[in-house]
Amino acid sequence: MASHPLAPGESSSSNPPDSPPEPGWQGIASDWASDREVFKQVPWGKAMMWIFLLSDTFIFTCFLTGYMSVRMTITTAWPNPSEVFALTIAGKEIPLILIAIMTFVLISSSGTMAMAVNFAYRRDRAKTAALMLATAALGVAFVGMQAFEWTKLIAEGVRPWGNPMGAAQFGASFFMITGFHGLHVSIGALYLSIVALKVMRGDYERSGNYQNVEIAGLYWHFVDLVWVFIFAFFYLW
Amino acid sequence: MAHAQGQQHPISLYLKIWGLLFVLSTLSYLVDYFQFHGYLRWSLIITFMLLKAGLIVSIFMHMAWERLTMVYAILLPPLCLLVLVGLMATEADYVFLSRVISFGQ
Repeated sequence: MASHPLAPGESSSSNPPDSPPEPGWQGIASDWASDREVFKQVPWGKAMMWIFLLSDTFIFTCFLTGYMSVRMTITTAWPNPSEVFALTIAGKEIPLILIAIMTFVLISSSGTMAMAVNFAYRRDRAKTAALMLATAALGVAFVGMQAFEWTKLIAEGVRPWGNPMGAAQFGASFFMITGFHGLHVSIGALYLSIVALKVMRGDYERSGNYQNVEIAGLYWHFVDLVWVFIFAFFYLW
Repeated sequence: MAHAQGQQHPISLYLKIWGLLFVLSTLSYLVDYFQFHGYLRWSLIITFMLLKAGLIVSIFMHMAWERLTMVYAILLPPLCLLVLVGLMATEADYVFLSRVISFGQ
């Protein structure tokens, strides 16, 4: 999107595409009103990733809203997540500890990803690829812990249609929400590995454009963002 | 154009935000650990959640430095979801009573 030829008549505009935005609502109005592309100076890949993430926001919110509806309307008690997700470590039962560790792992992966984007724009290929692979590795660790958690709950008899701890809808909400999120993490780890490979191979050095690293980063931060909401509403509530 | 692309912020900024997110996550975990209940628990959970979400979106996802048109195009549509949440919450009493009447306890 960086440089497409100007259409006739476009060049005479008082506000050419590369100009800095006017401040506030006037800038927004002129961006939308000028009968040209709206997201000026925003690379297409980035704008499209944001719009995809917007649609994903709707999907995850629909899941969480379904969970909320169920939880507000059940006639039996909801299982206490603090106890369901407790682990016994060294003879002591610590509530929710695995979920806390998973949260820290995912936040750390967001930190390494943010730094990878920074190094990409400085054209430090080795550091970018290393940090992206570290991010992907943390993502895999997260999915591994999630697999452990699923195994534990399935062994305890939690099923999508019922469980021994309380309201039958607990299993369906849990498997649906964390499963869909885990799928996002898994795909993200694969996606980041592919982009890291391309960084190492020098693809972006040749095109002189490291935007793809930032776009992959947007996806990854979004996965972390969704976890913030799942952690608050499903595990802590 | 190649040099103008991308945003440059010092690494220390990301490390600071990372640290803040760690602190906020620890605080929200402690809400559960100390077994706070009722409105105190819910308000603390929501506060920490919104702070974390804000830091991730504005700093890590660079929303703080994007063009305003972009920011509003992405951040305004999710407000529709609040309508859905509101509708479902208002209906909850009715659904609960239906469950009691139709399915017994």
